[in-house]
Amino acid sequence: MSITEPAAHPLYLSPDYASTVLRAPSRGLLEFPADPEAMELTGPVFGEGEVTPGDADLTTGRNGDPIGERIVVTGRVLDAAGRPVRNTLVELWQANAAGRYDHPGDVHPAPIDPNFSGAGRALTDDAGEYRFVTIKPGPYPWRNHHNAWRPAHLHFSVFGTAFTQRLVTQMYFPGDPLFPFDPIMQSVRDEAARARMVSAFDWDTTVPEWALGFRFDIVLGRTPVEDA
Amino acid sequence: MSALPPTPSQTVGPYYSLGLPYAGDWEAVPEGTPGAVRMTGRVLDGAGAPVPDAVVEIWTGRPGGVRARGPEGSGFARCSTAPAGAYRLRFVPPAGPYVPVLVFARGLLKPVATRAYLADDPFLAAIPDGRGATLRATWTGDATLEFDVRLQGEGETVFFDYGTGG
Repeated sequence: MSITEPAAHPLYLSPDYASTVLRAPSRGLLEFPADPEAMELTGPVFGEGEVTPGDADLTTGRNGDPIGERIVVTGRVLDAAGRPVRNTLVELWQANAAGRYDHPGDVHPAPIDPNFSGAGRALTDDAGEYRFVTIKPGPYPWRNHHNAWRPAHLHFSVFGTAFTQRLVTQMYFPGDPLFPFDPIMQSVRDEAARARMVSAFDWDTTVPEWALGFRFDIVLGRTPVEDA
Repeated sequence: MSALPPTPSQTVGPYYSLGLPYAGDWEAVPEGTPGAVRMTGRVLDGAGAPVPDAVVEIWTGRPGGVRARGPEGSGFARCSTAPAGAYRLRFVPPAGPYVPVLVFARGLLKPVATRAYLADDPFLAAIPDGRGATLRATWTGDATLEFDVRLQGEGETVFFDYGTGG
């Protein structure tokens, strides 16, 4: 069995996403030399002090309630064998309900929400589970091509146990009509792989009278240095 | 063995600075740590232009988290590039010959994985076309190093396949 599943991931060069054209490596990749001592097989070890209470709730910590649909986003971080990845750091950032990032580079004429920073972090528990409370982000325009719009998404950064398990991905919301038109999501060529970036609406996560719930499990890749 | 297919990688996009930077993120060890070195360099695109919205990450194997560092500091450091594509990192060189490096950016749908070698190594000499030289950091002083990452084209840095393909 191949250790890699290239179709699961985008190619570096995905010309419909214009920014890849001058940034995608062009010389081919080298295989990691087989080395059981390789530094890439380990990674940061996270202690209790890594996150503080409230870091995983993006709806609090400012002067008032942010505008928008309050949601709970939860899921498990798993390794390729389906084992929970415990005590690993999950970082999240996103646009606000109007589709605007609280970032000087975002000039989309939609309002900044003074009560929403759009950033959070969490450690997974013993079951590999993380849980964020946040606001459902809005879709937003970008300048990749004429009338380009990004489907609503959350940016996730996950560490895992090995440096080469590092994953940055985007979580999408079920049924978004913008999926077929988004070159970033469509850079993943395999339909089943694209579906793994789409969260599932979940009654069990939904909190009555308070917030809709979405589940998003994240599966980290294997570490090729180990398998080589 | 039952294998779960991985969650696909996506770009960090242009607004990662909301979620990824933190105070002192570029310092794997505190200032004044014995043996610490400072590595600087630039991330450049296929036209040789600086990449002003990249994130460079290293791992040096010392225990410790990211923001919550142990007494020895964190073995991990992260630096967002400046408008000139420049980054800086402070760390204590690991026992082995190299420091693993990941670079994320808008336009990179998955990170590039490379290594900054701090000394000559037979592995570098074995890389075809003399490209091993792209993995060799240059000492510019007793405790200062330079290491540029060229994403594409002339002088393209050697990148490794860490399981996500080309």
